[in-house]
Amino acid sequence: MHVKFDLNGRPVASDVEPRTTLADCIRNDFGQTGTHLACEHGVCGACTVLVNGEAVRSCLMLAVQVQGDKVVTVEGLSGDELTPLQAAFRKHHALQCGFCTPGFITTAHALLSHEPDADEERIRDVLSGNLCRCTGYVPIVEAVLEARESYRGSGSK
Amino acid sequence: MKPPIFEYASPSTVAEAVALLASRDGSAKVISGGQSLMPMLAFRLAAPELLVDLKHLKNLDAISIGEDGVRLGAKVRWCDIESDARLAVSHPLLAEAIRHVAHYQIRNRGTVGGSLAHADPSAEMPGVAMTCEARMTIVGSAGSRIEAAADFFTGPLQTSLQPDEILTEVHLPPWPAARRWAFLEFARRKGDFAMAGVALHYDLDGTGRIVDAHVGVIGVADRPIRLAAVETMLNANRLDDKLIAAASAKARESVDPPSDIHAPGAYRAALVATLLARGLKKSAA
Repeated sequence: MHVKFDLNGRPVASDVEPRTTLADCIRNDFGQTGTHLACEHGVCGACTVLVNGEAVRSCLMLAVQVQGDKVVTVEGLSGDELTPLQAAFRKHHALQCGFCTPGFITTAHALLSHEPDADEERIRDVLSGNLCRCTGYVPIVEAVLEARESYRGSGSK
Repeated sequence: MKPPIFEYASPSTVAEAVALLASRDGSAKVISGGQSLMPMLAFRLAAPELLVDLKHLKNLDAISIGEDGVRLGAKVRWCDIESDARLAVSHPLLAEAIRHVAHYQIRNRGTVGGSLAHADPSAEMPGVAMTCEARMTIVGSAGSRIEAAADFFTGPLQTSLQPDEILTEVHLPPWPAARRWAFLEFARRKGDFAMAGVALHYDLDGTGRIVDAHVGVIGVADRPIRLAAVETMLNANRLDDKLIAAASAKARESVDPPSDIHAPGAYRAALVATLLARGLKKSAA
């Protein structure tokens, strides 16, 4: 089936099998391999992307379901420089192997864009849908808390 | 972990969707948020020939609140319920129960209709529907019908939905402002499926005695169930520590949960007893 959508700000189109997940489509058809696939059944959160500004698991969506939608992956969040959220991840050592990181970054970005005043409890609640086996989560929460400031005042990003 | 081969259609009306379902004689399946169906496909526990996506169907995503209660369109998502401040008054039990559903990303896609049609025995929405005597609006080739929750859930992941039918709306009866209620569940990690959960509500008469007790449990049978014996014990009595202890013991003997890798049956039964006691205490606070 032919599917057209907006990927990281540019229009894209592909002929996909209906069973192709959004995750496989953006990785294989468009080479955007920042979106990582681990469990492929909606448990780990590594494949989180933004669809029309909302964080969703791209392994639990079909590519044909984003017809006409705006999809943003971790690649679409930054230009040449790290975003304040990404810089906070580096500063706080909020990653080690980095496999889960795109999912955490996209999820935290969606959260702070919608709720720039999210408190630690809310941040922990939201990030509970993402698994990290390296950090023990504390540095991730610290990084997200620090990045909140950059989301305030400028409206939703 | 890749889905099997299927065809895909995204009709723009309920009638078209029903016609597509009817054309496949049981081998077509509805998809909306897909948060239960996509894992089933990934594990190949489901292998439909055709997926009928409700994406373009209009008027199925409203939360309507009126004198006759709360009506949720089948495409209402968990995040829609979460962000609707009216529900804290109009149906606090629903609002609290939905806080326990899965995780952030899944709450952005998962739908009320999907959860009810999937009918996981440990899922929150079917538990609320069963406890509150919800009525489902179902549309099929033969027209539309209304089905009570008690008749809708027929077994593990099984409902009375026919292959050519779509659940379009769930209606929860009116919620009196003074109603007492609680929703509690236990899962090892937040957002996981409940090992057991209890939903309850009751009203008080002029003398402070319980009337119209509803006690429902999830995660302990092949579908969400009501505990009639516990409800009978509560009705016409004043809630005190003695009644709570008796109701808790009655709840434990009223369930016969299966054992699985997550917990032995006896542990789930004990959970029901504990959650009911806590819930009754909370309802009186």
